[in-house]
Amino acid sequence: MKRNIPLIICLVMGVMMMVQFFVPHPVSVAVYELSTKWIRIVAAFALVLGVGSLIMYHTDRLRRRRTGWPYSIVTLVAVAVTTVIGLGWGVRPGSPLQNVLFQNFLVPLNASMFAILAFYMASAAYRAFRARTKEAALLLVAAFVVMLGMVPVGRALWGKLPEIAEWVLSVPNMAAKRGILFGVALGAIATSLKVILGIERGWLGGGKS
Amino acid sequence: MELLLTGLLTVGQVGVADTMPAPVVLPTAARIVRVQDTPNDRGGSITLQWQPGEGPRPEVWLIERTASTGETELLGSVPCEETGYQDETARNYVPYTYRVAAVAGCDTVWSEPSVAVKASPQFFNTSRVNILIGMILFFVLVVYFIEHAKRGRTLFIRRIAGLDAVEEAVGRATEMGKPIVYVPGLADVSQIATIASINILGEVAKKIAQYDSTLLVPNRDPIVYTVAREVVKEAYTKAGRPDAFKPDSVFFVTSEQFAYAAAVDGLMVREKPATNFFLGTFWAESLILAETGATTGAIQIAGTDSVFQLPFFITACDYTLIGEELYAASAYLSREPLLVGSLKGQDIGKMVILAVIVLGSVLMLLSKIPVLSFFGRITGFFETS
Repeated sequence: MKRNIPLIICLVMGVMMMVQFFVPHPVSVAVYELSTKWIRIVAAFALVLGVGSLIMYHTDRLRRRRTGWPYSIVTLVAVAVTTVIGLGWGVRPGSPLQNVLFQNFLVPLNASMFAILAFYMASAAYRAFRARTKEAALLLVAAFVVMLGMVPVGRALWGKLPEIAEWVLSVPNMAAKRGILFGVALGAIATSLKVILGIERGWLGGGKS
Repeated sequence: MELLLTGLLTVGQVGVADTMPAPVVLPTAARIVRVQDTPNDRGGSITLQWQPGEGPRPEVWLIERTASTGETELLGSVPCEETGYQDETARNYVPYTYRVAAVAGCDTVWSEPSVAVKASPQFFNTSRVNILIGMILFFVLVVYFIEHAKRGRTLFIRRIAGLDAVEEAVGRATEMGKPIVYVPGLADVSQIATIASINILGEVAKKIAQYDSTLLVPNRDPIVYTVAREVVKEAYTKAGRPDAFKPDSVFFVTSEQFAYAAAVDGLMVREKPATNFFLGTFWAESLILAETGATTGAIQIAGTDSVFQLPFFITACDYTLIGEELYAASAYLSREPLLVGSLKGQDIGKMVILAVIVLGSVLMLLSKIPVLSFFGRITGFFETS
């Protein structure tokens, strides 16, 4: 029963969403909007589980003095401070949560991560563009042409370079991209079908049938 | 004298001609050619189309609506280049007539009122019939191959190197005594890639339980975390090692994208895992994760349906599941006939689409020849709104 009920819910909701796609009637739209509201409510409850897991995981790390345990203190303090500020002063724009924690902590930290990404891209590009094989050499040439064609220097060097870069992006690159996208779309449909029909049950996890 | 008079008269004539106002040519009334309930909508909308009358173009068109109750409203104006209007303020099941006015300067020339028409919601979007047919065709294919597989017939699936490497990757972690990190993507559970990743996690966790390795599953979404924990627990039970399951091995980190990336990076740097799995939906953090993993010397198996992140994974990881390989993984790893059958149906569906694309391209080219323009209708069937 524990397995059958989720499977039935999944089947009913899956078929309903499929039908909804073809029915523009307000009743169908209302059902869709209501179900998206339910998803938000379920997510809110799941967040409690998530935060619980976070606290338990880091408390355990602290108790067992596992490698890097001081970072767990930082995490737990951050959780506590955010919760106190959020509950005390709210989450509206202009509240300390937004002005202090979001603007002065989160935004700069996120910006730093993005900046690090630039360096990682350089190191990954170095590895990818080493012309060790014929294919890698081809990739190197194509990347060189595309990158040069996208910057003003490329146009200054040779007027046709931006056109060639555009061609590489919109013809051979697009062909490969569309091939992948077709596969992704079909794979997604097949997986949805398997989940709706209960063929794929991995997502159900435990529980007795 | 005669010459002088003639000259004066001529000048006078010219002067008179110059000061006379030019005859004003007004645009003639437009003709309403179509007024209908907007097709395939949720109601409350009527579509109007008209044909400009003879003469010069007006400066602007005015639209007027009269309800069956006699209430008349000016709905608004439309630039002179347009010859259509969609009234989104109509009430359902109330008959309306419309008039269009051509406005030029201070003059307004009204058209004849249209026939009365009612707005109503539709129960079926006819512009999506093509999708429905495609879906039914695809479903039939998948169900056929599932039945085929159920009868015990062997179905060929091509080798996927990334999935063949799973066994080796888990074995390596066992030998080295180091953990395995599994990142189920950053998207929520409504994404198919996340569901596919969760399915793979089940299979990978079974192998990990058999080999008695350590698994770490950091999560970004609380629902995904809950599902992942249950899936891993179930996998350990199925592998006959429920005691080996550690509830803390699957944990929630944060729902903030880069904070999550930083946390997983920290985890990889501290724990030095032997194997990293990055399977699911990834965004800008994909390379941050994969590069950090590569610097720690781990074997990395990645897979995503995001075409923008694939190049990063291909560059920084040892094996990458490209696009639909991610969805095929659970069938490939489990070899369950039902799943393999659906995978085969998926492949045949892809071939059908390929054939339709080739045929459609040929028909589209042929439709450019005036005599064969009717082919355009066939290709038009594949357009959606």
